[in-house]
Amino acid sequence: MSTTNALLKDRLVRITMSMCAFSSLFFLFLIFVFILIEGLPLFYRVGLLNIIAGFKWAPTKGHFGIFPMIVSSFLVTCGALLVGGPLGLACAVYLAEYAGKKKKLFLKPALELLAGIPSVVYGFLGVLYIIPVIRTYWGGSGFSLLAASLVLGIMILPTVISISYDSLMSVPRAYREGSLAMGATKWQTTYRVVMPAATSGILASFILGMGRAIGETMAVIMVAGNALKIPDSILAPLRTLTSNIALELAYASGDHRLGLFSTGVVLLVIIMILNYLANFVIRRRVVK
Amino acid sequence: MRLNPRIVNSGVLLLLNMVALFTVGILVVIVCLIVLKGITHISLDFILSYPEDMGRHGGVFPSVISTLFLVFLSIAFATPLGLGTAIYLTEYTRESLLTKTIRFGVESLAGIPSIIYGLFGFIFFVTKLKMGWSLLSGALTLTIMILPTIIRTSEEAIKAVPRHLRIVSHSLGATKWETVVKVVLPGAAPGIVTGIMLSIGRAVGETAAVIFTMGSSLRLPTSLFESGRTLAVHFYILAREGISMEKAYATALVLVVSILAVNILAYYIMHKVIAKYS
Repeated sequence: MSTTNALLKDRLVRITMSMCAFSSLFFLFLIFVFILIEGLPLFYRVGLLNIIAGFKWAPTKGHFGIFPMIVSSFLVTCGALLVGGPLGLACAVYLAEYAGKKKKLFLKPALELLAGIPSVVYGFLGVLYIIPVIRTYWGGSGFSLLAASLVLGIMILPTVISISYDSLMSVPRAYREGSLAMGATKWQTTYRVVMPAATSGILASFILGMGRAIGETMAVIMVAGNALKIPDSILAPLRTLTSNIALELAYASGDHRLGLFSTGVVLLVIIMILNYLANFVIRRRVVK
Repeated sequence: MRLNPRIVNSGVLLLLNMVALFTVGILVVIVCLIVLKGITHISLDFILSYPEDMGRHGGVFPSVISTLFLVFLSIAFATPLGLGTAIYLTEYTRESLLTKTIRFGVESLAGIPSIIYGLFGFIFFVTKLKMGWSLLSGALTLTIMILPTIIRTSEEAIKAVPRHLRIVSHSLGATKWETVVKVVLPGAAPGIVTGIMLSIGRAVGETAAVIFTMGSSLRLPTSLFESGRTLAVHFYILAREGISMEKAYATALVLVVSILAVNILAYYIMHKVIAKYS
């Protein structure tokens, strides 16, 4: 009798666990449905092109053009990648190939701690220590594409480092030994053998770093200046898609609020494309 | 002229050393700046007293309490869900289209930016479910946001428990669930705790998702349906509206030190686990 009870309990547990497992899919579904319900009507009413290719954002007067913000988000993301990509990759290479065991034990967690610093703190320090430097040496207000790229470049480091590092570490030891045995130096081995073998993972780390940068909000609001036009130089202020939502959501109502959800839809689509790309790049390696 | 590979090799080594040092230097500079500038404005009184004049004077007591409540609630909601998912994925199914779909869901949730969570929480919990700007709306939004971290780390921890322990348990007549509770979970506990700690760090530092779901009332929340202002949100408002640099630094210090402490503890536990299994 007690055995059947135990088995019954086992079944109940299995059902509960599977319900937990479906919760993630359910939440994802909810998020998409509610963002789309709020965000899509304006695309029908105003027209897709008038939103994603429109230049004028004046939501209370019926203009919902977010093209400058799309371009700005793209520029900031590329800027962040230019700063954080090489730096992160170099750190990953150092950690995976050069650092001794003891150094690694200290360095790896230290670099991961960068991910723990809240984005508002990055923004705050950017305002106090990066903006004045830009203002003094290059002119302008300092709130700029350059400032946002520098701050975001640092913020994407943990993503770039940890994923590149994992892909470098997954290159079989035999590759390195073969190369070294043929008389190649450590760097020749790293550059010609290990890094090419890890290309897809390194690429994925860059794409996910871009995803992180394009989704970042508070730090960007604080340092980017939030001007509503396409920046004409790296010293010009700009407003990203995320900033647009966060700056106006608190007081927006009616169509204005719907416009912010439309901005969210565009952001969500870009993020999904980046995630898909990263997955695609990683999966190709496995197939190969 | 070709450069001598040996010279290039030493040059690169030097360069990489410098880059790594520089990057760690960024962390050190950030922490030092916050600590040195904040420490002169912080005291026990700052943590335990109420803010006056929008935070220009006084302390951050309501924000400390709001943060603690918010983090406690979201961890309390997310841990059972995340752990259940991890147990299901590792113990109750084989790799199949179903598990792939669930993993896709988890990965997608992890990739969604926090401002989208803010938008969603604002329209769903705050507006549609009429919870208003409240502790509960904030906690439910954060629950979804930290769920992927808890699932991933728990899954890794459960997978790391040696297979033969499960086989022995089954051979002694234990059911699947008994095996999970008495053998697998105790072995995986430190790894699961690491995931929870990392999630706490994330929840404490979050701003974009919290400010639009929990609001920014400076009063001490006395129920689940009241608004509150977490430390991160308070810090953001102090800094962005230029209310008080001293108070901003002091708040940042509380924020950064508590997050670093939680994260370092998490890595310490993880390190112990890795040492145990290898």
